[in-house]
Amino acid sequence: MILVRNPFLIFLGLLTLTGLPSFSQNADPGQIHGTFESYGQYYNPDSTIGAPPVPEKFLFNGYSNLNYIRGNFKAGLRFESYHNVLQGIDPRYKGNGIPFRFATYTVDNLEVTVGNFYEQFGSGLALRLFEERGLGIDNCMDGVRARFEPFRGIYLKGLIGKQRLFFNTGPGIIRGFDGEINFNELIPSWTEKKLQIILGGSFVSKFQPDANPNLILPQNVGLSAGRFQLGYGDFQAMGEYAYKINDPSYDNNYIYNHGEAILLQLSYSKKGMAFLLGGKYIDNFSYKSDRDMAGNFLTINFNPALVKPHTYGLMTFWPYASQNPGEIAGQAEFLYKFKKETLLGGKYGTDLNINYSRSQSLDTTGRQANENLIAYDVEFLSPGDNIFFQDLNIEISKKLSPKFKGTLMLSYQQYDIAQIQGKAGQPDLHSYIAVLDLTYRFSEHFNIRTEAQHLYLEQDERSWAMGLIELNFNEKFYIAALDQYNYGHYNPAKRLHYVTTSMGYVKNTTRITVGYGKQRAGIFCVGGICRFVPASNGFTLAVSTSF
Amino acid sequence: MKKIAFSFLGALVITGLASFTTFQTSGKKIPSVEIKTMTGQKFNTGKISNNGKPMIIDFWATWCTPCKKELNAISEVYSDWQKETGVKLIAVSIDDSKTSAKVKPYVDGKGWEFDVLVDENSDFKRAMNVNNVPHIFVVNGAGEIVWETTTYTDGGEAKLLEVVKKVAAGEKPE
Repeated sequence: MILVRNPFLIFLGLLTLTGLPSFSQNADPGQIHGTFESYGQYYNPDSTIGAPPVPEKFLFNGYSNLNYIRGNFKAGLRFESYHNVLQGIDPRYKGNGIPFRFATYTVDNLEVTVGNFYEQFGSGLALRLFEERGLGIDNCMDGVRARFEPFRGIYLKGLIGKQRLFFNTGPGIIRGFDGEINFNELIPSWTEKKLQIILGGSFVSKFQPDANPNLILPQNVGLSAGRFQLGYGDFQAMGEYAYKINDPSYDNNYIYNHGEAILLQLSYSKKGMAFLLGGKYIDNFSYKSDRDMAGNFLTINFNPALVKPHTYGLMTFWPYASQNPGEIAGQAEFLYKFKKETLLGGKYGTDLNINYSRSQSLDTTGRQANENLIAYDVEFLSPGDNIFFQDLNIEISKKLSPKFKGTLMLSYQQYDIAQIQGKAGQPDLHSYIAVLDLTYRFSEHFNIRTEAQHLYLEQDERSWAMGLIELNFNEKFYIAALDQYNYGHYNPAKRLHYVTTSMGYVKNTTRITVGYGKQRAGIFCVGGICRFVPASNGFTLAVSTSF
Repeated sequence: MKKIAFSFLGALVITGLASFTTFQTSGKKIPSVEIKTMTGQKFNTGKISNNGKPMIIDFWATWCTPCKKELNAISEVYSDWQKETGVKLIAVSIDDSKTSAKVKPYVDGKGWEFDVLVDENSDFKRAMNVNNVPHIFVVNGAGEIVWETTTYTDGGEAKLLEVVKKVAAGEKPE
């Protein structure tokens, strides 16, 4: 419990100082609120689907937040419990602990936080501290942060500290500074101007001693970024450029190249119609507070995925994964609402959404940097030959009657399994997916939702079909059953059904769900960050609540 | 160190329980956190208000299907709701930088008339004790959270309207 040292005592002190006097004065005692969330699973070994035996049989993850607010003072903590951690999440999450506790005070235009905090500079290319519980990611900082607004329209942030690593902190120290100017707020005569301009810039530096006997490594690695956001009527544009000095690391095979990243997004939107265009260039841009760390831990910056995040089961079988070593990617999206009482709109209107996204390699040439180090030269902004991922999808949503609604979605996805999963020599996967989602409302208190899905694929596990039925009662209770059937598997012995049933109860902020069934081994991703989840067969229990 | 941790936890729990008695009369308020508008302007959530009339705060995301179903369903009847109860809906998107650029196109494309805010790094979500989306709060004219739910299924907006009507009439929702 190294985390519980100094900041913790400071925190305790602050809480006592601020909290206690108010009680004796019988003034506003403040408020305490919190959340609780837990997942448990009972595992049966099942050799047919490749579910491994789990010695503990039952695994459990639990999280609870407590937040205290009184006037300008806030404090809180999170208790986490892993006995033992669920399959698919890193087993270094072990036992109990309080990895997150903080106190924040605001005086005039200055806000100071001590302890743990989350933060984002710009779009996150320079720094993003966040939690993604489903992936087992929490790269929050333990240190000190100040935010200051010296004039209206000028925002400054500074921070220093180390990052969370399981129930400890990583070895590197991070220092960061971010400034933003909103010209329409700063200049009084610009308040009502049609053109809106926000400019920002960040500088982040990490320090880690060089303990490597063979390499001379930079102990301080700086990353600078600049950004803009422009608005003009129905148009919006935002962009960010970031540059990192040489940062040899496990992720880049300890080469001395510098890193660069560009993100650009443009949109035009008005009532009933919208268009979005995004582009991204990433070269050698992994940035961690431990250069020797593998996996999604101690990441300081963030490479945003420019793809449509899918939620339907078969659409997510072969998902995009961010390629921090290098990628050039783009996305276009079009939304249109066909009005009521038109040919394509029908009686209730029709919604159309078309999205295309693509990520591919950079144009690089290998270079022998020295006798045992191979680096590369890169052509700035030019794409290479290798397509990592692409997805073209069309979604049509329509209300057919006051009681009957439906969504049809079609998608073509190309997936470079050799690059993304390291399965060298395997051909790219070309999936054609169709989903039909229908909801029929029988009464105010009862409706049925069904999904029919199909994935056509000639490679790997080949084709799948899926069906789902969900009965919803009274907003409070549901029962669902689904079957994913790998009917096209090249090995007839592996043409298996993965059947899952679940039910849930929801009352106000409490939700309890129980499930039983088989889960296919697969890649679970949130926005391009992925984890492998082994196959499983058994009971699941999830409880969440807040007060 | 463990001992300190536990005594601290104990102290916090006791503080919590002690404040509960008063908390129930004073009501759960909206914490003040700095997030953004759809066009990137900073916005302090402490400023959320509706001149003594009720509000709905709806946490959603462009990738959350039930959230979008709910807000699209409310969008169709929103002007009626406003006339009837004076309610204001604030849709708080938790889209992060991957998808936050899609919020404005989506909202405009669907023709939503709500106030929309973007909580890009989940700061407001954490401060409001939201585990998952959708999470809907109903706030009374005094700025106190009086009702919450964490689910939406087809037709659920009828129940929400019922709650808002009660709150607008100064009654306690179920």
